[in-house]
Amino acid sequence: MAETYKIAIVGSGPAGMSAAAHAAKKGVSHVLLEKTDHLSDTIFRYQKGKHVMATPNVLVLRADCEFDAGKREKILEQWDADVKAAGVNVRFKAEVKAITGEQGAFTLDLGKGGTIQAENVILAIGTQGNPNLMRCEGASLPHVQYQLDDPGEYTDEHIFVIGSGDAGIENALGLAADAGQGNTVTILNRSADFARAKKANVDNLMAARDAGRMTVMTETTPSLVEEGWVTVDTPQGSSRYRCDRIIARMGASPPRKFVESCGVTFASEQPSAFPTLSPTFETTKPGIYVIGALAGYPLIKHCMNQGFDVVEFILGVTDLEPADEPLLKEKLKGLPGNRSVSEWLEFLRSNVEILNGLSPLQMREFLLDSEVRAYRAGEPCFIRNEQGSSLFGIASGSVKVEVDPANPNITVPIGQGSIFGEVGLISGRRRGATIRAAEPTICIEIPRMAALKLMAQVPEARDTVNRITTERQVLQIFKSGLTPEDIRDVLAGSEVMDVKPGQPIISEGDLSDDLYIIRSGSMIVEKDIGGKPVFMNYVPAGSYSGEMAMIERSPRVATVKAAIRSQVVKLPAEPFRALLARKPELAARMQAEMKARREINAFIEEQKEQFGGAVDMYSSVANFLIKQGIGEATDVLLIDESLCVGCDNCERACADSHDGLSRLNREAGTTFANIHVPTSCRHCEHPHCMSDCPPNAIRRGPDGEVFISDTCIGCGNCQRACPYGVIQMDKPPPKKPGLLSWMLFGVGPGPGQPDYEWRKKAAKAGGAESPKLAIKCDMCSGKSGGPACVRACPTGAAIRVSPDAFLSVARVDKVVARP
Amino acid sequence: MTQIGAHTERVRQRTHEGFLRHHGFRYAQIATGLCVAAVGVYFVTAARLHEPPSGGSWLGYTLGTISAGLIVWLAFLGVRKRVITEGHYSLKAWVSAHVYLGLSLVVLATLHTGFQFGWNIHTLAYALMMLVIASGALGIWAYATLPQRLHANRGEITRRQMLDALERLDAQLRDVAQPLDRAGAAVVRLSVEDTELGGGFLRRLTNNHGDDANQRALKALRNLPPPAGERQAEALAKIEELLRQKADVLSLARRQMQITAMLEGWLFIHIPATFALLAALTAHIVSVFAYW
Repeated sequence: MAETYKIAIVGSGPAGMSAAAHAAKKGVSHVLLEKTDHLSDTIFRYQKGKHVMATPNVLVLRADCEFDAGKREKILEQWDADVKAAGVNVRFKAEVKAITGEQGAFTLDLGKGGTIQAENVILAIGTQGNPNLMRCEGASLPHVQYQLDDPGEYTDEHIFVIGSGDAGIENALGLAADAGQGNTVTILNRSADFARAKKANVDNLMAARDAGRMTVMTETTPSLVEEGWVTVDTPQGSSRYRCDRIIARMGASPPRKFVESCGVTFASEQPSAFPTLSPTFETTKPGIYVIGALAGYPLIKHCMNQGFDVVEFILGVTDLEPADEPLLKEKLKGLPGNRSVSEWLEFLRSNVEILNGLSPLQMREFLLDSEVRAYRAGEPCFIRNEQGSSLFGIASGSVKVEVDPANPNITVPIGQGSIFGEVGLISGRRRGATIRAAEPTICIEIPRMAALKLMAQVPEARDTVNRITTERQVLQIFKSGLTPEDIRDVLAGSEVMDVKPGQPIISEGDLSDDLYIIRSGSMIVEKDIGGKPVFMNYVPAGSYSGEMAMIERSPRVATVKAAIRSQVVKLPAEPFRALLARKPELAARMQAEMKARREINAFIEEQKEQFGGAVDMYSSVANFLIKQGIGEATDVLLIDESLCVGCDNCERACADSHDGLSRLNREAGTTFANIHVPTSCRHCEHPHCMSDCPPNAIRRGPDGEVFISDTCIGCGNCQRACPYGVIQMDKPPPKKPGLLSWMLFGVGPGPGQPDYEWRKKAAKAGGAESPKLAIKCDMCSGKSGGPACVRACPTGAAIRVSPDAFLSVARVDKVVARP
Repeated sequence: MTQIGAHTERVRQRTHEGFLRHHGFRYAQIATGLCVAAVGVYFVTAARLHEPPSGGSWLGYTLGTISAGLIVWLAFLGVRKRVITEGHYSLKAWVSAHVYLGLSLVVLATLHTGFQFGWNIHTLAYALMMLVIASGALGIWAYATLPQRLHANRGEITRRQMLDALERLDAQLRDVAQPLDRAGAAVVRLSVEDTELGGGFLRRLTNNHGDDANQRALKALRNLPPPAGERQAEALAKIEELLRQKADVLSLARRQMQITAMLEGWLFIHIPATFALLAALTAHIVSVFAYW
């Protein structure tokens, strides 16, 4: 006979555990189901001694379990004790395979563990997902494992690691690190190379192989697992090896499939979408609730609060004041209108078009990330050329856009309900125009991440933003007094296209004649001269390309291809030609620009004839830089090796202006010709590091710098996301003795980053435990002198450049033809 | 091609010029101007003076004050380099000025002497100054020519990687040496335990490692009696290859150290001589005013 509970909670992380503890406190019949043999697996799997942070600081914790920032062990211990004290009914090793039935009578299938009946189900399974399992025969034998906690545990074993990602490589290296352990380690990779792993890991792997410490087998898959043996298929045929242990690290599949199989709908098809939820966390399947990271709240405090709240909601409480109410109150304080929090939420939701589709719960979360701002008439919302990637929605009032930088009196109005700032949001470039309030105006400013989340969750919002963006971008690029009316025909046939790196949108010699607007990313223009592609130009987002063929109806004169993953808008030629015929001013303007471009082309071709070597060199230098990811950079540090004396003053200056830790490694990185690209942040247009920051600590500053604010929780996501390896996890060293006492008396470690020994000793003397946080270049944000690395270079070898300034033809002679 | 908006940024090093060419040779021009003016004034006024020109004339005092001020300011580069303040300054501009104004001292201070030399503290200060300038000139040569070699030598290999490679080779040598007999093991021990990477400054500068233990080990390896078994033979062959690899890494790292030593060698004269000069200069000024 199956047991029946009022609430079944799946997953014992902070959210599920808090829900269970509250249910227990309330005396509700409940069960907490955990698939492993311990609580809170995600945090359990943090490395030993990791400092777990409690952000956002301002949020009040409302739960029956305690939580405060501290060491992983302390927190887990506390939770174990809390769960015990609350009298929670936990079932470990209970993995839910399926949930069937309806509200009031759900059946949870636990596989071999039988079934459980429950009236309501709370899904708090997080987003970590389940590891992908081996599928060959014998894969269920006990010596196949999907996790490696301590590589030092195993000795004198024949171990096979399966998987070519970082996890697999790190495990294999860990197992083979100490020859004294006597392990015979082999790593299997299904493909020929290790494309998914970080370069440093692959290098170490290859070094370990060359040193004979392990065997690397590529294009190999396991086909049969037996006690003590494994059979693998190699390109040369299948063979059988001694094997005492298999560690399979083949990635994880997100839990979405399982959640959907329970009858829950997600907001959209996009991989980043979350389940659609009511204000009480109820999904589209009545009786099933989703909380925690799976609901889009990755922070521990949010999770625990939701666990408490959702139990209240299930018990029929409707007037529960959300825990974030004080935060929102604080946020909305001082705004005109005297509205309560819920009135504000409704006011913004109903007045701003793109927010119409949000639920009150989403709206709440949304407002936590966003800012509501009131402007007096004439007050600027943002200034032309300011760095900013947030989106603004007008809740009441209206704004005017100063379209002509020369004459601020020429303005275009944008009214209530509409949005602005979308070009910055999508292209990651600077603001194209100054926008001021035309009357007393209330706007909601939505940071980029929140805006992207909104677009992923609400398809209508995405379509609206896309439509408005294209229209405004066309108006802004071509200026010439165009109005939305003028370009309606052009836009009607427009098409937004995603372009992969290296993929051409225009090929030299083609007879196509469409015009392209680069919306995000960047393009490079190449021309075939004497059988070799010669780099002609770099086209950043916010520019257009392809006008020559459109106007002159001639074949394409050059190839335009994507430098990085980009998005372009294709504008059909015919309506555009009609537009040119109607608007002589625009035609004249484009003619003038075309002339300038043709001159550049002619210049390069002429140079090519005279100084073929120099142009080839320039071309290959440009291509090298594009390959190094400069195409997505906004500001990159380059070192001229013909000037660099290797004094490392740049690193010392960096350390001394940033809490004693250098954020750049001069020596590391790649070199071509004289140009060295050191390991240092490039401040990408759409930073990879920002993509998954739980506390949203990575932001873009006023000068375009991407920086990490002090709300960092040290999770390391950004470090893993950065393809350039410029983020490190470290704790700032204690303060050093002053320069004078070092110079005169030799006290302290001197200028620059103190060595590890000194830091360890000084930290011990200081006593306080400090967490490891993510550290990266902030371009010396707020320092009027600019980046310290450049200022401190004694020979002028270090320069910081933006790619469009650096990759211009004007440099053909400067880059390479230097004596 | 239109680009929205021009960049308006904080002070930023946009132009790409080395310290010698800084700002279109601005400090070279200033220094030259200073020298030309000093020489002109000197020869115009020298003829009109009552006695032969010396440091004691009004011209001498002027040139002396300028020179002494310059020396103190030039020495201040050592502090400027190490204090990373927030405001706008360019160390490259400082170095550029340091180079050219430093060179101009040859003219200014020589005119200050009025070509009167002797075995005294005054001439000592002058000689020390010339030593500092000469060593500085060596530095200019080093900075202008060596960076190319420094980077061409290392390619994309960092110092850390070189050290790691040596460590790795040593670890492999130890592993492979397991089946060897006493004599074979001694060869490996010689390379692993006795090889000295760098050594003192002179050794690094000359890159003279004649008694290199790794080389000796290679030689000893060849002189070993024929191996007893197949396993030993295999190990010895592997060891020879590893020793060769180690020799390659060692010579790369040592060349790197040699160029680095050349890049900083002149500072071993320049800096101590500067301090000596500051002391002699103080004595010179005090004695001049004490015996007024």
